[in-house]
Amino acid sequence: MPLLIEQALNGVQLGFMLFLLAAGLTLIFGIMGVINLAQGSLYMIGAYATAAVAAKTGSFLLAAPAGLAAAALAGMSMEYLVVRRLYARDHLDQVLATFGLILFFNQLTTILFGRQPLFVEIPPFLNGSVPIVEGLRYPVYRLAIIAVGLATAIALYVLIARTRLGMLIRAGATNRDMVRALGVDIRLLYTVLFGVGAMLAGLAGVMAGPILSVQVGMGEQVLILTFVVVVIGGVGSIRGAFVGALVVGVVDTLLRAVLPGLLRQLMSSGSEADALASGLSAMGVYMLMAIVLLIRPKGLLPAHG
Amino acid sequence: MADPSNKPARPLLSSVRRRLLVALLLVGLVVLPYLASLAGQPALVSLATRIVILAIAAASLNLALGYGGLISFGHAAWYGVGAYVVGVLYRHFVTGDLLFGLPLGTDQLLITLPAAILVSGLFAAGFGALSLRTSGVQFIMITLAFAQMIFFFFVALKAYGGDDGLIVRRRNALPFVDTRDSATFYWVSLFFAVAWFAFMGRVVRSRFGKVLAGVRQSERRMAAIGVPTYRYKLAAFVISGMGAGLAGALMANHARFVSPDMLHWTQSGEFMIMVILGGAGTLLGPALGAAVLIGLETQLAAWTEHWQVILGPLLVLMILFTRGGLSGLLGLLRGGGR
Amino acid sequence: MSLKGSISAAALALFMASPAFAQAPVKIGMITTLSGPGGYLGQDVRDAFNLAVELEGGKLGGAPVQVIVEDDALKPGQGKEIAERFMKTEKIKLLTGIIFSNVAGAVVPDILDNDGVYVSPNAGPSNFAGKECHKNYFVVSWQNDTLHESAGQNARNLGYKKAFVLAPNYQAGKDAIAGFKRMFKGDVAGEIYTRLDQTDFAAEMAQIRAANPDVVFQFHPGGLGIAFMRQYAQAGLLEKTPMVVASPSLDSVILKAVGDAAAGVNVSSHWNSDFDNAANKKFVAEFQKKYNRLPTYYASQGYDTALSIAAALKATGGKVDDVAAFSKAMAKADFQSVRGNFKFGPNQHPVHDWFALKVEKGADGQLALVTKGKVLENHGDFYAKDCKL
Repeated sequence: MPLLIEQALNGVQLGFMLFLLAAGLTLIFGIMGVINLAQGSLYMIGAYATAAVAAKTGSFLLAAPAGLAAAALAGMSMEYLVVRRLYARDHLDQVLATFGLILFFNQLTTILFGRQPLFVEIPPFLNGSVPIVEGLRYPVYRLAIIAVGLATAIALYVLIARTRLGMLIRAGATNRDMVRALGVDIRLLYTVLFGVGAMLAGLAGVMAGPILSVQVGMGEQVLILTFVVVVIGGVGSIRGAFVGALVVGVVDTLLRAVLPGLLRQLMSSGSEADALASGLSAMGVYMLMAIVLLIRPKGLLPAHG
Repeated sequence: MADPSNKPARPLLSSVRRRLLVALLLVGLVVLPYLASLAGQPALVSLATRIVILAIAAASLNLALGYGGLISFGHAAWYGVGAYVVGVLYRHFVTGDLLFGLPLGTDQLLITLPAAILVSGLFAAGFGALSLRTSGVQFIMITLAFAQMIFFFFVALKAYGGDDGLIVRRRNALPFVDTRDSATFYWVSLFFAVAWFAFMGRVVRSRFGKVLAGVRQSERRMAAIGVPTYRYKLAAFVISGMGAGLAGALMANHARFVSPDMLHWTQSGEFMIMVILGGAGTLLGPALGAAVLIGLETQLAAWTEHWQVILGPLLVLMILFTRGGLSGLLGLLRGGGR
Repeated sequence: MSLKGSISAAALALFMASPAFAQAPVKIGMITTLSGPGGYLGQDVRDAFNLAVELEGGKLGGAPVQVIVEDDALKPGQGKEIAERFMKTEKIKLLTGIIFSNVAGAVVPDILDNDGVYVSPNAGPSNFAGKECHKNYFVVSWQNDTLHESAGQNARNLGYKKAFVLAPNYQAGKDAIAGFKRMFKGDVAGEIYTRLDQTDFAAEMAQIRAANPDVVFQFHPGGLGIAFMRQYAQAGLLEKTPMVVASPSLDSVILKAVGDAAAGVNVSSHWNSDFDNAANKKFVAEFQKKYNRLPTYYASQGYDTALSIAAALKATGGKVDDVAAFSKAMAKADFQSVRGNFKFGPNQHPVHDWFALKVEKGADGQLALVTKGKVLENHGDFYAKDCKL
């Protein structure tokens, strides 16, 4: 029983991590209509900046804001130099231009930081584990990821539904020209919003640093799964990203946890069962996506209607 | 591309001049191996073979993407499947093991190529039928995800080498021709490329091509006049997959090697870049795009190990500032010079 | 053609200074992986190889050499293209540098079919070690399986009876588990194939804890391993269940990125920076002086590869053109390896010793790999018996 609870908790935790990654992508798409493949690069920038500052100062509390700032800055310069010219273009140009940016950012990171992966220490106050139920201790850091994910979700909800900026965002997404006619500097608004989206990716990078490997190409490793989350949830919808992330996180974790045992009982060769289970669980989330899209082509909670 | 006026060069060139140009280009391509050996650069032949093969894949993607407006981010999957057909058939030919209980292994190019085209077409039909239920961004992402799924399938496919891939020790054989000679294989590839481009030309000029272009411009309008748009899009998608299968099968022979690496999503990205670079919705654009991209990559990689830091921004600039791709740019120059 | 890769500057200078007398330099083509997450492996091989050339004043075995390096970006197709250019345009006969087995699998047959010589500084896939072995193909590093065999033997020597094994679901991962089991011979409490794109291992940690094994063997190269080990420690498993790995899962670069989460892990390797022999001391000191970082075992292999080539060039008077004579000279392995004992087996793969290392805090308080003892002596590989040269 504790094992099942632990695995469920693992799934939820993975879901929140995926939400952090997907939120920025879907926010930028929902409002500006841009697919940003380089979202993974912003995630990498957040992680690298955190690692670099943590190595210099030894303090995670200083390093985390630095990671957010770096990602936001990189995002805003990206918007200013490149993405702004892509709003009027079709998705194809957006995909390709941001693909070019991925190549650039990866190689630039190699030049600046070298090819060796970097080290980020877990902040001491988040180290260790706490008892959840009888016979189950859970790492504090993973609980922190859940907390940060939840806080981000709430903050985004408040920002969009309750603030003046949020009102402009909603208005701008519906009718860009009207908002401009009312005297709002929509170019600046978009630059800032792109920065917010980038910062969300950076936040994911900050949180991933201490448990994953901070290295060149780490962005592409998560990019595809992030896409799956966004598509399942409904492209452009934050609520959708939230639901999609949790569904993907839980399904993925449970498949990995349950499938090997199940197949071992069905098949004679243990090794082959394990390999097959791994293959099936790898395809699991993609199949989930196919099923969702067959039933609801716009995703679970589409952004507009 | 949504822009219908993406063929600026066409009306300026009389059809006679165009044919002359194409004929000249063809002659140049045919004598290329001689020129390469004269110039003391025999490795150029292999590079040219690669470009010619990739041009087939790019041209087939162009049918779906440029003419049909279907932004498929999973084209490498069909390319890789085609390559694996050659690899798997060759493996069974060498070991003599049965495939699906039948002695299907072969090393005859005239069997493996159609087989690759067929299997890739079947795969494209299956996954296309599902993917085409969506459109827009969802379509981009679902094709990407399906391709990634097929990629992981081959990575885990231990029977056929998994991640390490399959070696095709000898190129597939053709009657009367020695495919092991690199110049000969270049001509073989060139023959199939020319045939494929001619076929593409016919397709886009046919009624089917015109309807497809109509669907791209306004699917609703076409549906309103009674065109079953889904079937047209699926047909375009399947033909596009078949072309990729042909390219993959040729590449497996050229490289004498197949690996999941061919199905990686960055390969799909490169195909898209070739199409856009050369000019989406133009017949010869993808070939130009393939030549430029592969040429650039090779040159930059020989020049500096940090070549991607140059290639990336270069791509961004080309996409931002050459609308309609390089052939559009060339057309503009030519138009301006008159 | 434009300036290629890193031409050994010393060789170039020498060549330019006295064109009338100097022998044309022997060109060595290095196809290696420099971009992407695996880039540091290729970088270390290249840097150490160049170091050996530089220490001899732009020569190897008395013959001036020119090393031409290109990045394969871990794409087999690109590797083949580079090899073709090296052999046909540059007329290079001697090639080296490939890091990953899938690139080697694609490129090596081309080189051998063109009557070239290939000396591997890293990848040693099984398909070229047995029946398909070749007189012009040498592996200086190891045969892939032996890495994991040494880990299995290490776990057995340490007295563990019940192991839990994990590796990614691809060829190298399956080979790793097979190699481990070949030598371990105890019970396997559980076997999990992870995914190559996996970042979160929480579900696997829970399964390990539930199985309660004596020892965990895992093979996760590069970034996967970093994530795995950190999450292993965070799940509180490191104190409870010891871990045994082969060197690719924990080289000195990964150790730095993993940090305290690697403390106490058992590693088996054919080389370590603390080896007490003169050749190694010189290598480690010079490498640190030049590049200002600790060499990884990849670097040691790059250096050994250069030394083995130097020995062969010395024997042939700096000539590679007679490939048969060069290969014969290569096979003698007449050089002092930084790992100590070294000779080629019947399939021209190494026969050498494997050592048990442990991650411990050194005198300076930093974690380091410390050599504890021998695991296997004069160990060849499983496939050598199938090779008829």
